[in-house]
Amino acid sequence: MSFSVTETSSRVKWISGTLVITYALITMIPLVWIMMTSFKTPPDSISYPPKVFYEPSLEGYVNLFTTRTRVSPETLASLPPPENFAEEIVRNRDMVIAGPSKFSGRFLNSVIIGFGSTFLSVFLGTLAAYAFSRFKIPLADDLLFFILSTRMMPPIAVAIPIFLMYRKLGLSDTHLGMILLYTAVNISLAVWLLKGFIDEIPREYEEAALIDGYTRFQAFYKVVLPQAATGIASTAIFCLIFAWNEYAFAVLLTSGTAQTAPPFIPTIIGVGGLDWPAIAAGATLFLLPVMIFTVMLRKHLLRGITFGAVRK
Amino acid sequence: MAEIVIKSVRKDFGSFTAVKESSFKIEDGEFFMLLGPSGCGKTTTLRMIAGLELPSSGEIFLDGEEISQLPPSKRDIAFVFQMFALYPHMNVRRNISYPLVSQGMKRRDVKAKVAEVSKILGIENILDKPVGGLSGGDRQRVALGRAIVREPKAFMMDEPLGALDAEFREHMSEELRALHDRMGATTVYVTHDQLEAMQMGDKIVVMNNAVVEQFGTPQDIYDKPASLFVADFIGSPSMNFLNYKGDVTSGQKVAKLGEHIINVPQQLEDASGKLVLGVRPEHIALSDSGSLRAEVQAVEYLGTTQIVVMQSEFGELKARVDSSMSVDVGDNVGVDFNASTITLFDQSSGLALRSELNDGALQRG
Repeated sequence: MSFSVTETSSRVKWISGTLVITYALITMIPLVWIMMTSFKTPPDSISYPPKVFYEPSLEGYVNLFTTRTRVSPETLASLPPPENFAEEIVRNRDMVIAGPSKFSGRFLNSVIIGFGSTFLSVFLGTLAAYAFSRFKIPLADDLLFFILSTRMMPPIAVAIPIFLMYRKLGLSDTHLGMILLYTAVNISLAVWLLKGFIDEIPREYEEAALIDGYTRFQAFYKVVLPQAATGIASTAIFCLIFAWNEYAFAVLLTSGTAQTAPPFIPTIIGVGGLDWPAIAAGATLFLLPVMIFTVMLRKHLLRGITFGAVRK
Repeated sequence: MAEIVIKSVRKDFGSFTAVKESSFKIEDGEFFMLLGPSGCGKTTTLRMIAGLELPSSGEIFLDGEEISQLPPSKRDIAFVFQMFALYPHMNVRRNISYPLVSQGMKRRDVKAKVAEVSKILGIENILDKPVGGLSGGDRQRVALGRAIVREPKAFMMDEPLGALDAEFREHMSEELRALHDRMGATTVYVTHDQLEAMQMGDKIVVMNNAVVEQFGTPQDIYDKPASLFVADFIGSPSMNFLNYKGDVTSGQKVAKLGEHIINVPQQLEDASGKLVLGVRPEHIALSDSGSLRAEVQAVEYLGTTQIVVMQSEFGELKARVDSSMSVDVGDNVGVDFNASTITLFDQSSGLALRSELNDGALQRG
């Protein structure tokens, strides 16, 4: 038998692997339960004991995207046969589809506001971080501290001033208002994260580009940005996750045109009783964009987390 | 191809002065060395010529045109960085063609030019490789390729061999010098290695503490140092200094160190007080007729020569003598100096006194 200091034995590997997988499974239970619920029928979703095996149904999704009205059995019998599966599911509950629900609009609002504010935060953050990293700015350290200090209390602490301000400025319940708000919250994170990444990029690259006949902006755009891609990607993920999931300001400042999905999903409760499958369907769909975005950038994210640990 | 004139250039960073009013001239086609210890201002000077720093005052002329406040892209100067600074997200070919692309050169011409340059440097076989996996020498060649490809008026090199290992440096320095001789382009080269400077340079500027200490050919700088710093910095082992109190008058041909009379080149300057007599190790001979006595403390064998370390009443002396000569530790020997090579210095100012030997070679910035 020989022992290696750096290589763990297979038994240790086996135990740590089991632990990690168990932990992952435990943390995934709520998510999996939500996804399972989204494919249940309302009676299945509230049955006791809870059903783990059930016949999947799209009723939750149909209810999420539609508004329905109850009709009398006679009217129901007089209707032509259902045109699609959604109609069929609804009629089984003695109802007809009255029209689309607001969910897709709210979802679109989330996409516009989430990605819009992420883009703006990362864009402004990159420029500011570059300036802080490369130029001699008077009082740079104080400015950086000031930028960070905007995160030193929970943003919701200033909700009332913001509410009043937004009403005066006409920004309440507008896409622009929400984008600006989330950008304001995210920008300090973006500046600090990105400054770290840009600090790691040797100045010589830009200087070489300047010598090679490029302007400062071209050097930034063609040499620094590709080098900072990792940092930009991980910053974007953090910004998107915050903006996407934000609930409190969304409840406070939006009600109609600019309402995002988080405040909308709970309002499903009460429309037609506790429609858990519809809520679960909304939550499941709501998870997808961030998941896709993160999976797309996961290589960068992993590199981003360990960035700077080993100097190449 | 161009001559570069530096005219009382100064650079301040806040309250720190990196370069004090410095002036020197780099002739067309010269391989010009900026030599000095780290922090002496040589790299700042180089960066000011390239435009990466703007001088606080003073003028820089490139081919007669004043360029000190122009951005680097408008100067037509190439720069080779110590860490090479190859664009890591591009392969070798794109790295080399990058300066041409910025000029808007046609794709076909770029290709031809890159092929030509890579042939000169012998890197045709790595053109399509990413720069990440290259060896130090190949990175160096790619960095040189990127510099020479657009045929700039002048090359700036900031310790380009500093990142290579010792064995390879020698080889690369020969390659560099050969490349320069072939292209005949004005080159300004920063180094802290005096051997490298002597070996490769046509002219050398020695800088210390933000000041140009001396500016001249390697021979002049070695044989006729303008200051104690230069005399000490150049040469290994460095010049021997004999500190004494006395005076020198113009026209005098001897230095009086107490009761010892030592022949020196005819002096052209008066001085008195604390003086220093400087003599290179190879200009010390061990002979019984010598006016000065010293005791041998150590002998360092170097192959063809040996360094004899001795203790005299004026301090430690090192002599470089033929290795065939037999010298033993503890011997009491007579020491003789080669009179025509001696330089006298004023200790308080650190400057060389003018003499027949160094008249006209004491150019300071």
